[in-house]
Amino acid sequence: MSKFKKKKDGGVPAVNTAALPDIVFMLLFFFMVATVMRQNTLMIENNLPFADQVEKLDKKDLVMYIYAGKPSTNYKQYGTEAKIQLNDKFADVKEIAAFIAAERASKREELIPFLTTALKVDKGANMGLISDIKQELRKVNALKINYTTKKGSVFGRD
Amino acid sequence: MAKRASPEVNAGSMADIAFLLLIFFLVTTTIETDSGINRKLPPMEESDVDVVIKQKNIFTVLLNGKDQLLVEDELMELKDLRQAAKEFLDNGGDRTCDYCSGKKDLASSDNPDKAIISLKNERETSYKTYIAVQNELVAAYNELRDARAQSLYGKSFKEMEANYNDVNWPGNKEKLKEQIDQIKLDYPQKLSEVQ
Repeated sequence: MSKFKKKKDGGVPAVNTAALPDIVFMLLFFFMVATVMRQNTLMIENNLPFADQVEKLDKKDLVMYIYAGKPSTNYKQYGTEAKIQLNDKFADVKEIAAFIAAERASKREELIPFLTTALKVDKGANMGLISDIKQELRKVNALKINYTTKKGSVFGRD
Repeated sequence: MAKRASPEVNAGSMADIAFLLLIFFLVTTTIETDSGINRKLPPMEESDVDVVIKQKNIFTVLLNGKDQLLVEDELMELKDLRQAAKEFLDNGGDRTCDYCSGKKDLASSDNPDKAIISLKNERETSYKTYIAVQNELVAAYNELRDARAQSLYGKSFKEMEANYNDVNWPGNKEKLKEQIDQIKLDYPQKLSEVQ
């Protein structure tokens, strides 16, 4: 007689989340493969200028980075003039030679002739500082440089 | 007895762990796509021997502290710089250049091999303007090389270089390298950054 139940037992069935780990793992693997660990924490503003005649930089182990720009908001106590950052601290122009020597010492010997110095300079910086940097690079014979830029037209953008 | 169904494995924690790893990688990594304008600085000169170059073979570009552009002692807008540089490089004043299509002005450069672009700036010049000028001068060379490669080999110079760097390109790499070197020899990039 009571073969048919009068009331439903329980509520709505649980939401199936079996696919969620799959999706998150796919995202995780993409970011593991496509990204590289951050080399330096920037203490300067680094809005790069635009250029469209650009070439891709070589592998990471063939590049030495020199950053320049005015100190960012967290480091305002260092003034408003453009400063050089080598690795993760502020540096003076005369320390560039020691920086290049240390970078060369840390590389394998056969890679040294192929090293490139990448100048990542904020677009608002003055050329005086960059001229000083270039002069120091010439003194230590680090002649291959790359003006690192964003890709885009040089006209009509600020 | 009916076969007892095994209890379902709780996968709730797996998503948490995957999310934590994902956020770690998002915060500590960056997608590095650096590109820029390659340049070779001149070595420090031990000797003081001055190379004598005729003034007509030098295309002087000067940037002052107000980011104004002075080209061959005349004020110029940035958008006109590329064309002016191309006209200078492609002039062929001494008529030894059979592939140049310029005006053959005797007051301008003799041939692309002798033509030199000299770029000077003041200390107050902004880096943004300096890079824009560098970009336009490199573009002048690249456009002339593209036209030369198109007339010789039916492809643009940029395409040839991309093929050379492509590991999957099926053609003859040695022959392609010779062709690329020939284009570079026809229009050598002589851009001098004066201190």
